[in-house]
Amino acid sequence: MSVLAADSVNLLAALRAVLAAKGIAGPEEIAGQIRSTDEASPAQGARMVAKAWTDPAFRALMLEDGTRAAESLGIPMRGLPPLGVLEDRPEAHHLVVCTLCSCYPRAVLGYPPFWYKSASYRARAVRDPRGLLLEWGTVLPAGVKLTVVDSTADYRWMVLPLRPAATAGWSEAKLAAIVREGDMIGVTIPLAS
Amino acid sequence: MSLAPGTKVRVKDDWPEIRGPCHIRTPHYVRGECGTLVRHLGDFANPEDLAFARPAPLRPLYHVRFDQPGIWGEGAAGDALLVEVFGHWLEVVTP
Repeated sequence: MSVLAADSVNLLAALRAVLAAKGIAGPEEIAGQIRSTDEASPAQGARMVAKAWTDPAFRALMLEDGTRAAESLGIPMRGLPPLGVLEDRPEAHHLVVCTLCSCYPRAVLGYPPFWYKSASYRARAVRDPRGLLLEWGTVLPAGVKLTVVDSTADYRWMVLPLRPAATAGWSEAKLAAIVREGDMIGVTIPLAS
Repeated sequence: MSLAPGTKVRVKDDWPEIRGPCHIRTPHYVRGECGTLVRHLGDFANPEDLAFARPAPLRPLYHVRFDQPGIWGEGAAGDALLVEVFGHWLEVVTP
């Protein structure tokens, strides 16, 4: 019988048994990895963004080494590709895409949204990024340069967006609540609502 | 030795797809195009070998900035594409 014809539950059990027998990954490690994958969501990235908006030392660490910044907030990053953080500035906006597949910073943003993996998004993000942003209702102010970051290899990228002007004095938790998945991909920008 | 930030580079105009099975992390749209090296991101196992379970030597990975409208013939002046490209795909452009 070929592997393709095998019962998937038996196949998984056999694979787990071999991984354990060879000392590659035990049941606890696999369970832990499943747990951290399930817990990953855009709320993790939003926590990082809100902290970077209020804590200059954390912001510096996040831009220098996204993986260490995430770990410092208790986000599990072990065994994952390095996390890079793209700093938006008043004159510079970033948009993330993976034209080759669907590379995505899952530890801090969770599973990629369906459109991120679509052929249409992947093609248009590099060829007509401003047209694409317009469809999201995102209009970059005059003078803002756009950098499209194609996540083609071993890094995973998230955007550190600009803090909205009308949020002075807000707590970290209140700030984190306005940061959306799309704000950290760059298709949208955070709104103080 | 790694290439310095600011180095002008050209992505090789190479199409291994024509020669046989391969796994390449260099997008079609930058092949043969010139850009500016932004920084060395680190050294990573060559995915072209990893994909076929061959011994995969570490290769330098760079962030390379390309002029977006220059590549597509449309778009807004000053917009850029920032792409991860392995060193063995890059040639230094001599002025």
